[in-house]
Amino acid sequence: MSAIAAPSSVRSARRSHSGALGLGLSTLWLSIIVLLPLSAVVAHSLDGGIGAFWDAVTSRQALAALRFTVLVSLATALVNVAGGTLIAWVLVRDRFPGKRIVNALIDLPFALPTIVAGLVLLTLYGQRSPLGIDIAYTQMAVVVALLFVTLPFVIRSVQPVLIELDREMEEAALSLGARNATIFRRIVAPNLVPAILSGAALAFARAIGEFGSIVLISGNIPFHTQVSSVYVFKLIESDAPTSAAAVSTVLLVVSLLVLLAIRGLGRWGARHDR
Amino acid sequence: MTVDRRWQLGLRAVALAYLALLLFVPVALIFYRTFEHGLGAVWESITTPAAIHAFQLTLEVTLIAVPLNTVFGIVMAIALARGDWRGKGLVNALIDLPFAVSPIVIGLSLVLVYGVHGWLGGALADAGVQVIFSLPGIVLATIFVSLPFVVREVTPVLKEVGDDQEQAAATLGAGAWTTFRRITLPSIRWGVAYGVVLSVARCIGEFGAVSVVSGKISGQTETLTLLVEKRFSNFDLAGAYAASALLALIALATLLAMTAIKPRREEGDA
Repeated sequence: MSAIAAPSSVRSARRSHSGALGLGLSTLWLSIIVLLPLSAVVAHSLDGGIGAFWDAVTSRQALAALRFTVLVSLATALVNVAGGTLIAWVLVRDRFPGKRIVNALIDLPFALPTIVAGLVLLTLYGQRSPLGIDIAYTQMAVVVALLFVTLPFVIRSVQPVLIELDREMEEAALSLGARNATIFRRIVAPNLVPAILSGAALAFARAIGEFGSIVLISGNIPFHTQVSSVYVFKLIESDAPTSAAAVSTVLLVVSLLVLLAIRGLGRWGARHDR
Repeated sequence: MTVDRRWQLGLRAVALAYLALLLFVPVALIFYRTFEHGLGAVWESITTPAAIHAFQLTLEVTLIAVPLNTVFGIVMAIALARGDWRGKGLVNALIDLPFAVSPIVIGLSLVLVYGVHGWLGGALADAGVQVIFSLPGIVLATIFVSLPFVVREVTPVLKEVGDDQEQAAATLGAGAWTTFRRITLPSIRWGVAYGVVLSVARCIGEFGAVSVVSGKISGQTETLTLLVEKRFSNFDLAGAYAASALLALIALATLLAMTAIKPRREEGDA
């Protein structure tokens, strides 16, 4: 007994030693790279006192930018719920020539630099549009840019669930006389909901903070097409770091809330699987 | 659920039209606009001294940021997948922050720590180190935005392969480093490769955070994405297209690499 037990305890001790060192160093790295700077934002936002913080966050322009940012991000998430689910469905259940190429290209918005995405959209939907559609410097343009950069989230989150989905249930329902609409509503949709929602939440989070793809196409018109991240950028450029930090803190809180919601959705989805 | 032929074609048409209008046509158009005046002009515009410097700087930043994040990513993934420690849930959540935080906020956060009036800026300036408006700031911003990729790709692979082989190796007397090199690393290599590809794409393409900290000094702190923006605002549309086409080619190469690695990663072969 003891002959077997001894090396195993030595091993676990050695493993935990090197493990603790690795854990310590990587947590330190995370703290220096991410946590220290972000806490500087929160700390600096209160440099002028709580009153100045409140004034910066509730100034008319800051509020207009925040309201617009949240609204376009919600719109983006909603369009993604419908469009992303539809595309995922077609990519999993349909068969057509070139499907593999289409499937590979879905990730292009993740690989393409955001400033290039903005320029690309401006080329098709700007003043020199070959389609004759000029939406540059409109609110619609911001939504289109956000739809471009968030395209993969819902698709990539729904696709694996749809592939795993047991088709026997659907066939059983069909043989019992259920119609397609009923099967979709009662069997397919409930299984996809957690994946759709977590994809949509990721898209929403990304949309809230997006900058590169919007900056060229939106025209950054205050009270009209200016989003919060561009507003923060203007504040930094006009040397108002405390106000910039205050608005950034609000954005940080929104990001944190969305992150928490995504983790909650993940747990819900895992429970749903069982 | 079997949709009939008409519905199938209808759904397919809607899905492909959506993708075409949002993604395929715009990206194809940028290549068309780039090359419509011939290859010579494009070549000239991506070989100007400023463009070459921007390319070199982007490459340099990527070559510093990606290896650091890869080492961090592997170590952190092992701690998350194998370890059992207090605060694991919190650290696990914090790793996703760079994905959720706006790049502009990331840029500002670095200015507030390393800038002239920042927490460490004064001390660093006295020591003769300039971070903001210089290479270290761009590197820090790039490391920040690309931090989670390798961790997020490697952790599920580690959980999937389990630790039976690692246990066996350790029982046979292998040290921690030998076990890692001979057992763990080979089984996660495709996960690591996938994470590295995603990191490289993000490092090359980062714009928002870098535009806050770089100062955009042509020939010094101007990366490729900043060059695209500057050329666009200076009404050098052809130049902006040329630099964009170069970046889009890199993105397509990234997609190719992802498509090649993905099946192997999912097999999890040793």
